[in-house]
Amino acid sequence: MSQVAINADTSTAFLDVRDLTVHFKTDDGLVRAVDGLSFKLERGRTLGIVGESGSGKSVTSLAVLGLHQGRGSAKVGGQIWLDGQELVSSSREEVRRLRGQKMSMIFQDPLSAMHPFYSVGAQIVEAYRVHHDVPKHVARGRAIEMLDRVGIPQPDRRIDDYPHQFSGGMRQRAMIAMSLICNPDLLIADEPTTALDVTVQAQILDLIRDLQTEFGSAVIIITHDLGVVAELADDILVMYGGKAVEYGSAHTVFRNPEHPYTWGLLGSMPRLDREVRDRLQPIKGTPPSLINLPSGCSFHPRCAYAGTGGIPCRTEVPELIGVLQGHGVACHMPPEKRRNAFTEDIAPHL
Amino acid sequence: MLIVVSAVTFSIFFMVPRWGGATSDTLASRYVGKSASAGEIHDMAKKLGFTDPLWVQYGRFLKGIVVGADYNTGPTKVHCPAPCFGYSFIHQNPVWPELLDRMPVTLSLAAGAAVIWLLAGIATGVLSALRKGSIFDRAAMGVALAGVSLPIFFTALLSLAIFSYTLHLTAPGGSYTPITQNPLDWAYDLILPWITLAFLYAAGYARLTRAGMLETMSEDYIRTARAKGLPERTVVVKHGLRAALTPIVTIFGLDLGLLLGGAILTESTYSLPGLGLYARVALSFQDLPALLGVTLFGAFFVVTANLVVDLAYAAIDPRVRLS
Repeated sequence: MSQVAINADTSTAFLDVRDLTVHFKTDDGLVRAVDGLSFKLERGRTLGIVGESGSGKSVTSLAVLGLHQGRGSAKVGGQIWLDGQELVSSSREEVRRLRGQKMSMIFQDPLSAMHPFYSVGAQIVEAYRVHHDVPKHVARGRAIEMLDRVGIPQPDRRIDDYPHQFSGGMRQRAMIAMSLICNPDLLIADEPTTALDVTVQAQILDLIRDLQTEFGSAVIIITHDLGVVAELADDILVMYGGKAVEYGSAHTVFRNPEHPYTWGLLGSMPRLDREVRDRLQPIKGTPPSLINLPSGCSFHPRCAYAGTGGIPCRTEVPELIGVLQGHGVACHMPPEKRRNAFTEDIAPHL
Repeated sequence: MLIVVSAVTFSIFFMVPRWGGATSDTLASRYVGKSASAGEIHDMAKKLGFTDPLWVQYGRFLKGIVVGADYNTGPTKVHCPAPCFGYSFIHQNPVWPELLDRMPVTLSLAAGAAVIWLLAGIATGVLSALRKGSIFDRAAMGVALAGVSLPIFFTALLSLAIFSYTLHLTAPGGSYTPITQNPLDWAYDLILPWITLAFLYAAGYARLTRAGMLETMSEDYIRTARAKGLPERTVVVKHGLRAALTPIVTIFGLDLGLLLGGAILTESTYSLPGLGLYARVALSFQDLPALLGVTLFGAFFVVTANLVVDLAYAAIDPRVRLS
């Protein structure tokens, strides 16, 4: 790619994902895990990616980190711009150097995500020394500092402990320390609280928010828990079947959700701040197979409004419309009808 | 532990013949000339203590290990200094020095082969796992299958015929130079036995490593290691292989322990004067004290190897360490 082309294409957003596709070849057929996903994220902002299992959330984050690159059967298409550099077309080595340094990740289950044979400190030190040419004791000092920052008591002693000697919450704190040790500009947290107790969940979310304010990084929170997103995210991207179905600011998406799938997610979320009048409304059916997506809108088999008023849900894939105006929705229903349906049918039961 | 092993082996060697109908006299007949009369044999049985109850004999055997023993065979009285693991009347020698004499050969053979099979087996296994389904993987696993299936006397004879007697690249069978004499000759003489023996073991290790690597490389912590931006080499070796190594260490300890007790087939085929050959010769002459000695010697190595494996576990996996 020539310099001119890069300049012409260079995005202004810090992270700009354009038309991302991740396909896996399997024996059963092509799995379209992510299909034409676009979003932007600025430094200091938090994006929540929400969706059921298998909606393509984690695959997206792994794609941003370049962890699908040249490995296995994955085929990544589209563009991922990080701070002016396009990652999909970059070499594995270039992306590796960015990984852990400029962008890093917190995983769901810190027990299995940390190596059982190395001490917590050794793993953090390793993460620092890959990207910084410093002697061990310097990195160790920095690791202790970081463990202290994420709230691990007696970090100078606990640093030599092994992951199995930590409690679940401690492990996730250590994991966060590890991913922040190089002060990354982009932090991806893939279901960071799913494996934790509820009380610990809140602590971890607070910690992530504090650290973000402190370091000014861009954060992507991946979750199926709307409560987490409500607490942290500035923007929300709702994914279904590998595509974005609703995308907008957290305020907009929570106050005026327009996609029936988002309604379903909201309806299935328990609320403690209201009286229990209605039972939770689960979304009927199961997430679609990514090999054989339903025709048209992939949500139509589970959607109560599919085909109403002659809209072509079964035949045409709806576009995500309205992103530039701040609220993108991929639904064939006319906007007014969507708003009416929400205020009349859905909102009273939430 | 070793006491138990020694008691069991001792019982096997001295009780089973009785069940098979052998009397103390028939046992003793092995120690006298062919023309000996029944009375002479009986005298001998008494002198050697075969008529005593088994536990007395065992006690005497144990005592011999500690303080040495004297065998009064009538005309001459032989002394077997401590540690006395028995006296071979076929070689007219105490067993222990014989074992010590042959130990370096077996040790050389086992150690050299172990280095080769560890390197070759683990490297092949790792590469196979990383390129699962590739031509390399299939070829390597095919060869590995051949390796575990082909008996050593077949591969040994074949390689002797090709490399030593046709191509004249390696030393002919029966060559052995102590390392203290000439390390180069030592290696040259042993290279073929090493490779043959290593081939057998490397095959198993390659399969084991491959299976272990396939499992660990799909673990979450491997993804974490990659997410940290570690070079793929570090990910594979430091994070992947380290975790896949535990079962290999177990097997390796046992294999090496067993081998140190004598690689009977390899040593026999290559005529290497080690413990294995000694055992085989003892077997063909029904030289019970010698066999007993080799068995105990081997048991000692297996038990020691087990201990070392347990210690190695703690070094490898911190979760095993006592808190």
